[in-house]
Amino acid sequence: MSVAQEIPTTTAKAPQSHQPRRNGRWSGYSHLLMARMLELKREPEVVFWVFVFPLLLALGLGIAFRNKPGDAVSVAIVAGAGSEDAQALLARSSQHELFKIQTLNAEEAQKGFRLGKFDLVIEPDGNGTLEYRYDPARPESVLAKAEVNDALQSAAGRKDVVATKAVTSSEPGSRYIDFLIPGLVGMNLMNSGMWGIGFALVDMRQRKLLKRFVGTPMRRGDFLLAIMTSRLLLMVIEIGLLLVFGVLFFHMRVLGSVFSIALLGGLGSLTFGGVGLLTASRAQKIESISGLINLVMMPMWIFSGVFFSYERFPAVIHPLIKALPLTALNDALRASILEGTPLLQQWPRLVVLGLWGGISFVLALKWFRWT
Amino acid sequence: MAPAIQCRDLRKTYDGKVEAVRGLNLEIQTGECFGLLGPNGAGKTTTIEILEGLLAPTSGEVSILGRRWRENEREMREWLGISLQETRLSEKLTVRETIELFASFYRQPRSSEEVLEQLQLTEKADSWVGKLSGGQRQRLAVATALVCNPKILFLDEPTTGLDPQSRRQLWDIIRGFQRDGGTVMLTTHYMDEAERLCDRLAIVDHGQIIAEGSPADLIERLGGHHVVEFSVSGNCDGAALQAWKGLPSVESVREDDGLVALNVKQPHLTIPALLEAIDRQGSHLQHLTTRQASLEDVFVRLTGRHLREQ
Repeated sequence: MSVAQEIPTTTAKAPQSHQPRRNGRWSGYSHLLMARMLELKREPEVVFWVFVFPLLLALGLGIAFRNKPGDAVSVAIVAGAGSEDAQALLARSSQHELFKIQTLNAEEAQKGFRLGKFDLVIEPDGNGTLEYRYDPARPESVLAKAEVNDALQSAAGRKDVVATKAVTSSEPGSRYIDFLIPGLVGMNLMNSGMWGIGFALVDMRQRKLLKRFVGTPMRRGDFLLAIMTSRLLLMVIEIGLLLVFGVLFFHMRVLGSVFSIALLGGLGSLTFGGVGLLTASRAQKIESISGLINLVMMPMWIFSGVFFSYERFPAVIHPLIKALPLTALNDALRASILEGTPLLQQWPRLVVLGLWGGISFVLALKWFRWT
Repeated sequence: MAPAIQCRDLRKTYDGKVEAVRGLNLEIQTGECFGLLGPNGAGKTTTIEILEGLLAPTSGEVSILGRRWRENEREMREWLGISLQETRLSEKLTVRETIELFASFYRQPRSSEEVLEQLQLTEKADSWVGKLSGGQRQRLAVATALVCNPKILFLDEPTTGLDPQSRRQLWDIIRGFQRDGGTVMLTTHYMDEAERLCDRLAIVDHGQIIAEGSPADLIERLGGHHVVEFSVSGNCDGAALQAWKGLPSVESVREDDGLVALNVKQPHLTIPALLEAIDRQGSHLQHLTTRQASLEDVFVRLTGRHLREQ
């Protein structure tokens, strides 16, 4: 049967009643960017993970590690000859409010110490000597020993030969939350760069959308550019939210200029965009890209000083840690935000970021699979 | 004038071992609707993606309206409308946004409103793609191909998984495009689709063309004109099959699941003789139908398998 004989039920292309339209050079780019932004806006998960989650994290950690008066030192005194003298001495000392003292038998004191209930156990031997039992690996235990010893000695009449005066400091700028927020900004830029670009691209590849796009005259560079631009736009909101939140809730002080922070954020976004692009250049399935992204980010979560300073790691590996892009970004963000250090003075960090981003980008473009 | 689509000795080998396409030659003229028909895994998708310039052949030549992919890719992309097998478009964009996006890649696209109207998507223009039915999604996929005002439309299994009404709607759209002078190349594993839509088709199996021609021509050449199917009680062995073959006007015999199918030129000669033969054997006729031969018969005749198997 021939096609021409069949009666059509739809009218085909209407005669050219509409103005023929002509697209300019940037029409594809602007539509891709708009489509990307619309998609992100309509995806509630993106809004949560990119905007809400970091704020919740900052809020939770900020409260958990807020600066509060140091905990009272918890001390157990083993009951026996001399224990009452020791207790009386401590009670007489000028710092007595600092100590929480319990007198109990040796066994219970040991048990409490093992469980972390006591920081220090004092055991009088009956002949006037006090034996301190403490754990040198526990900072609060070491502190308790020093403080209790100090209090006992001065209460018993020791005279300090050097005059000293203690002043406490919990000014904005030196608190944990001040350390944390720039770290969260950096981590967030890494997360959304890796997921927002790496994961999104593999998802589009798996859905054969990339292949479909390549089947049109779309410029491939425009496509990648649009994805990167959408990252930069989101970055402005991400950083802004976290910093405003820090300032309003925790009275954080931002010393660096908005311009230099935005510049750093942009560089960081592009760097992780490049790394995300490289990670996504070959993967075919979203399962495999999820694994890859976590693999790439894992070392940086641990080493790059998001939640705690990398100074805690052995000095030998510091150069390696500093070569990680997130370390460079976090250090630079902290220096800019907390100390107002000019970007020019931070050029080694910027070079680290630039190299990671640039090399990733070049390799990604070489290996990228569109189909 | 150069043919719309031409390929010579096309071969594609994956990873150096799996031969998906093994020496394919095609020539499709402007204004034709050409179909590649074959079972899953026959190499249809690989072939059409090579023709679309999305996959590089291991060897062989492809030319589209006389141009080659390597030298003229950007220009050629302006002429082609493509619908891949199962592209999942972004669910959170609306139908209109999706069509606008695809339109933005071409120098002179058609107006989105016109395309929406043609594909009967005007009502759904502001719905998210995620909310569309299967048939609507497939029409949208074809809309993204038609928005560029293509010279050639490539459709890879355009109606797989659709309900009968949606299939008919799509067929009408494809025919409308062809009537306006467009060239269509499609793959399908539906016989009725190939018979209704295609001016010419090639039956593909294991990466090779095993028959080519118009549907009517293929049926006449290979399927016999009519098929007489029957089943009998009692002894139906190899000898019996031979006996059926000797009946007047029978061209070929096959047995399928207890049902004997005769390809027949003139049923009015065959059927009386068949009844008489059954009577002589002392068997009982349990079932008898006659029908026009279809492409399915052609395929079974050529390969010994049904199209939808595997």
